[in-house]
Amino acid sequence: MSIRDVLSPFVAWRNLFRDPVSIKDPFNRPAAARYRGFHKNDVEKCIGCGTCETICQNAAIDMLPADGVTAKLGDSGLRPRIDYGRCCWCALCVDVCMTGSLTMSNEYKWVDGDGDAFLFMPGVDEKPWDHAELGYCRPDGHRLTEAWRVEMGELPPDQRIGSFAEIVKGYSAEEARKEADRCVSCGLCVATCPTHMAIPEYIAAVRDGDYERGVALLYETNPFSGICGRVCTRRCESSCAARHEGDPIAIRWLKRHIMDQVTPAQIRKVVGVPPGTASGKRVAIVGAGPAGLTAGFDLAKRGHAVRVFEALEEPGGMTRWGIPEYRLPYTVIDQDVDIIRSLGVDIRCNVRIGRDISLEALRDQHDAVLLALGLQLGRSTRIPGSDHADVRKAVDLLRQATDGEDFGTPRTAVVIGGGNVAMDIARTLARLQMQQYGVVRVTVTALEDLDHFLADLDEIKEAGEEGIQILEGRGPREVVRQDGKVAGLRTLKVKAIFDEQGRFAPSYDEADEQFHPCDMVVEAIGQMSDTDLLGEALTEQLVWNRGRLQVDQGGRTSEPWLWAAGDMVRGPDVVSAVADGHRIAASIHGALMSSLEKRS
Amino acid sequence: MLYPDRSQYPARKADGSLDIDLTSGKYLKIWQGPNHPGITGNMSVELTVCGDEVVEGKTHVGYLHRGFEKLMERRTFIQCFPIVCRICVPEPDFNEYCYAAAVEELAGIKAPERADWIRALILEMGRINSYMMYLGGQAGALGQGVIGQWTTYVRDLMLDRFEELTGARIYHMFILPGGVRDGLPDGFEGRMEETLREIESTLRDVEKVMFHNAVFKKRTVGLGVIEPDWIDRYGVTGPNARACAVAKDVRKDQPYLVYDQLDFQPVLGRDSDVFTRADVRRRDILLSVDLIRQMLAKMPRSGPLMAEIPNVLHWKIPRGETYVRGECSRGEYGYYLVTDGSGYPRRVNVRGPSYTHAMALLERMIVNLNISDVAALLVSLHTYPPEIER
Repeated sequence: MSIRDVLSPFVAWRNLFRDPVSIKDPFNRPAAARYRGFHKNDVEKCIGCGTCETICQNAAIDMLPADGVTAKLGDSGLRPRIDYGRCCWCALCVDVCMTGSLTMSNEYKWVDGDGDAFLFMPGVDEKPWDHAELGYCRPDGHRLTEAWRVEMGELPPDQRIGSFAEIVKGYSAEEARKEADRCVSCGLCVATCPTHMAIPEYIAAVRDGDYERGVALLYETNPFSGICGRVCTRRCESSCAARHEGDPIAIRWLKRHIMDQVTPAQIRKVVGVPPGTASGKRVAIVGAGPAGLTAGFDLAKRGHAVRVFEALEEPGGMTRWGIPEYRLPYTVIDQDVDIIRSLGVDIRCNVRIGRDISLEALRDQHDAVLLALGLQLGRSTRIPGSDHADVRKAVDLLRQATDGEDFGTPRTAVVIGGGNVAMDIARTLARLQMQQYGVVRVTVTALEDLDHFLADLDEIKEAGEEGIQILEGRGPREVVRQDGKVAGLRTLKVKAIFDEQGRFAPSYDEADEQFHPCDMVVEAIGQMSDTDLLGEALTEQLVWNRGRLQVDQGGRTSEPWLWAAGDMVRGPDVVSAVADGHRIAASIHGALMSSLEKRS
Repeated sequence: MLYPDRSQYPARKADGSLDIDLTSGKYLKIWQGPNHPGITGNMSVELTVCGDEVVEGKTHVGYLHRGFEKLMERRTFIQCFPIVCRICVPEPDFNEYCYAAAVEELAGIKAPERADWIRALILEMGRINSYMMYLGGQAGALGQGVIGQWTTYVRDLMLDRFEELTGARIYHMFILPGGVRDGLPDGFEGRMEETLREIESTLRDVEKVMFHNAVFKKRTVGLGVIEPDWIDRYGVTGPNARACAVAKDVRKDQPYLVYDQLDFQPVLGRDSDVFTRADVRRRDILLSVDLIRQMLAKMPRSGPLMAEIPNVLHWKIPRGETYVRGECSRGEYGYYLVTDGSGYPRRVNVRGPSYTHAMALLERMIVNLNISDVAALLVSLHTYPPEIER
């Protein structure tokens, strides 16, 4: 203690001569550029996935219908409403937002006498900070979920082109778990899937490594999970929340992974024992494709006796006879069909209705008849020269290839069409050419440009890798013949595919003609149904709509005993056929049960 | 005799406990707190006084009604991240760091190096702010209001730095399992240097007005001495121990983050009284200022800020347990985390230094104190009741 200790404190007096340090106008003090202020939401960008609601530990976010926002595929139509009585401004909602629509302004002052005003929907309820530039946005590279999918192993082009071995290798358990981990379980995919599979739940089963739970979930909605796990058109992935800032979750491959991990015995355990035919009702199904067999599966489970009649020697429909083995091995089809058989569904192959048994006989012997014929006739371009034996339909060739028939593999082939069937036949021909001639000479000509191709991007990429030439925006003009043989195809540059009314009416640039020499032209421009089995009288009796049988919501035709399902009434993929099969089975079951009740 | 002979009572019973008979009229119960300005936060000390001397003091907590540790058992690992900072209001970042480090350790994740530097920077910034609050409280407990105004000012400048770096002033929610949210904003170093200079200038004034002050010295020198043999017995850490010449500093003893790459020595005192503890903390601020300068000079300016972490919505952490600690402004801050393979912590236990200092040590030290010195003693232990009551 000294005199200094008495005098020293007086230095505080010098502060009297300093300017005040307090902020002169505290009400207009701008916050820092990355300040976490009030929320903003770009409602156009937002898809209502609700991940913000899931992560909020305060339960401050509720997903609610918003004015001016309608639900559509890939958008729940809901938008986040934030309760500022609960929010703690941690911004995890911003960090986890799958589209980057949710951000924060750097505005932090808001006075309102109405307490309810603090429950608001950013972007929907207008706020002064809606257009503020600064504020917290998720920094570049800062993500709480993985944006990119686990790469799928595939056979390299040089190994796959020589055989029909399956290209896609499938995920290992570790890869599948990693891919499944990317899913945020928003469920937008469920609404998009035609058969509404429990996608987030079975992805969770993959994460947990619980494949029996996974397969039980798959079979709740899809008895063709093995097939769909390989060739589904996966519309679900087009609705996936993850696709907005990265790759969609590989939903199809995860489904395949579950099916690859379980044994038939495990699946049978999940599906259960044959329930018997307690109802006493009999149902005949014509066509053993996905729609017919799904309906058979459902009806058998409900205690009806189900007989399926298939004209070809193996069941599976287009999945077997249309899709090449390198995409879908036959063993996978066999496994899915065997499970359906295990429920007591009686599948009779090599029985063509209208030839071996009449439709009338079927009607008389059964309480309901379901037509699930599929689209087995190829359409023709009908261009000059197309009425030649070496101008073939893709579906016919694919069927013959499956059967192992020698149809005379062309040394050079041109495929007309830009859909998946065109790719399937082009790649099948390429393999056969490789096996027989050691070189691939296949050209695909399509009306569409590459950006609007109907085929999957993967298919186009892989076809290119296999040496197939793909020509975009070219329309067929004439099959040129020489000495009674096909010499090639002339094509014209496409100016427009549709007319001003939006109808299909391609127009061509006559000046831009090309000639593609070949010894076979394959038409892959669409298919139609062969309904000859109906007979003249019934065809006359039934109601038709633009060449297709007209059916009600449950798939029932104008004849009360006859239903129709699958590609022949609604197209055009496996999973839609499965969805159709379920719907029609429910309709048939309802009709059968109501007839039982009436009798009692 | 005009006054009763204090040495005669309170008498001790046969079992050694004090024989305090409140009906005798010799004793008075006074509750200091839970709202007393001498206590930073919500706790109270139940004082039994005889005249103006304390014969017994009991610490009571339970006014905050929060239960963070229990709340965390019902939140996913990422959902715990926004709430941990609230466990300690004036120095929240240690909760974020210790929680993140514990989760990372059990999940087998290593935060990127650049994130470690930014984490350490934030922790030192928080330390300065915590000490600033302490200095104001310590001076205020002895009637020197002006010190609190000065330290609040420089604390506010540091909050500006926090705001521009983390996006928030008090609860930063910036250090999350896996790394940190973002890098330094443009021009941050320059503005930080200005703030550091203002801190140094303010501390020079504080030294003159508070430490070279006859009143402050009279009141604090020799008051509230922590004996060296209490350090381990009571689990005393931080400046409370260092003021007793015991060089306990987790930053040195078990270097975490980037402290092994920084040049520093723990600040020590000798006399272990209220004055020494205040002085150790004042010098510790200057050490933090130096550390921040070292870090800004050495830290990498590019590189990842977040490690690869699983999807936080389904994050499950294998069975395990760990204790992660760091040196906060009050001493050793630690998180004991137990995981059971599920998506939620099985148990979280927060070790705040205030628990030992304010619950056990205070009750020992408060006896025989003059009632007017109680607040000064309390503040000198640097107690933050929220971290006692997790």
